[in-house]
Amino acid sequence: MSDLADLYQEMVTDHARNPRHRGTLDPYDHSADGHNPLCGDRIHLTLTMDGDRIADVAFDGEGCAISTASTDLMADAVRGRSLEEVRALFESFQTMVTCEDAPDDLGKLATFAGVREFPMRVKCATLAWHTLMAALKAGGGTVTTE
Amino acid sequence: MFVRGATEGINLVAQSWARPRLEAGDEILITHLEHHSNIVPWQMLCSQTGAVLRVAPIDDDGVLDLGGLRALLGDRTKIVAFTSTSNAIGTITPVAEICALARDAGAISIVDAAQSLGHTSTNVVDLGCDFLVASGHKMYGPSGIGFVFGREELLEAMEPWQGGGEMILSVTHEKTSYNRPPFRFEAGTPNIAGAIGLGAAVTVLEGIGMDAIEAAESALLSHGRTMLEAIDGIRLVGTAPRCAPILCFSVEGVHPHDVGTVLDHLGIAIRTGHHCAEPLMQRFDATATCRASMAFYNQVEELDRLGDALGDAVGMLA
Repeated sequence: MSDLADLYQEMVTDHARNPRHRGTLDPYDHSADGHNPLCGDRIHLTLTMDGDRIADVAFDGEGCAISTASTDLMADAVRGRSLEEVRALFESFQTMVTCEDAPDDLGKLATFAGVREFPMRVKCATLAWHTLMAALKAGGGTVTTE
Repeated sequence: MFVRGATEGINLVAQSWARPRLEAGDEILITHLEHHSNIVPWQMLCSQTGAVLRVAPIDDDGVLDLGGLRALLGDRTKIVAFTSTSNAIGTITPVAEICALARDAGAISIVDAAQSLGHTSTNVVDLGCDFLVASGHKMYGPSGIGFVFGREELLEAMEPWQGGGEMILSVTHEKTSYNRPPFRFEAGTPNIAGAIGLGAAVTVLEGIGMDAIEAAESALLSHGRTMLEAIDGIRLVGTAPRCAPILCFSVEGVHPHDVGTVLDHLGIAIRTGHHCAEPLMQRFDATATCRASMAFYNQVEELDRLGDALGDAVGMLA
């Protein structure tokens, strides 16, 4: 059960039950939809910018505890960050959930290190990030994990 | 004919029998219970021919509405393609009755028997079907092997499905004459090992006896349903009286994938997601559910372990 306890830490279950950033920003500067066709998870992301920095992020949709908590904690983590910083953070996050070495600059996001023991769930944890990158890149659209 | 599985079998019938025979405005009737493999090939055929897809309704228990199906049968109905057992919620359909309705309407019947062949005895003559497809891995055989049964006169009239070696009588650069069925539909080197494995699986099933299998599985289903109904927060999805040994359910406040991960860690393998039956899930207002699939070798004690583990999952995540 210890791997399982690492996966479903209090931080994860808390943010899954009570996400702080659920909703839609109106008006918003960028938006994108994320879809995992294998499991049916869907998120709709809206964000506002302050110059080249992310001002705020909100999300709607339906997903498992891992994907909901990951989206919510991502929204926390990227606020106030520049595009460059967000990109670097995404790379660190991906490294953490897929490889052994966890970069130490991840703050609360480090709570998802346990995901790497569950390869099937990596896409749950990264769906929000792929969606965010799509929103920032091309001004929207839909990304899928497949 | 041997094919890769039920999916390929349906595509074969759609492209080889139906495509040259369908006209714009003709209708293909399926049910709300279908796996994507019995939806998508017909949608592709519709876009190729201008035919229209119709869907027979089901009720809130997941039982096929035969009256609704009958009402959709008409002069334009050319094909009735339906599952004998829902892969997602277990509903068993009255196959012989539907085949008779199709015949009376002048339509061809195609039975997707992938889910039922390993669980009940099947006789294509008694069922009165025109085509029946199945997959080896759903009857304890290897993956990548399956078959199509088709009535001889239909097969004789069908153009080949794929061209190549083994399906010919003679070939010149000017003209090829095709072999008779089933060889006409088996181009290329066949999956020999798969076919032998499938044969061995059938021998094992016959040795155990389909009646014995059905009795054991029906007892498991009834125990499992009673058990899940007694757990707070669990909703059974699909409660047909005639049902394969499948428990499809959702857990209040816990996403199916999280349930699946917890159970997996407790040594219990279930399937989570839309089970390749998205329209059926939508019928029950779900994007995903949990599905515990039982077989004759499962034990009542294992079901009780499932019940305990679900309690753990709720405690951890709800």
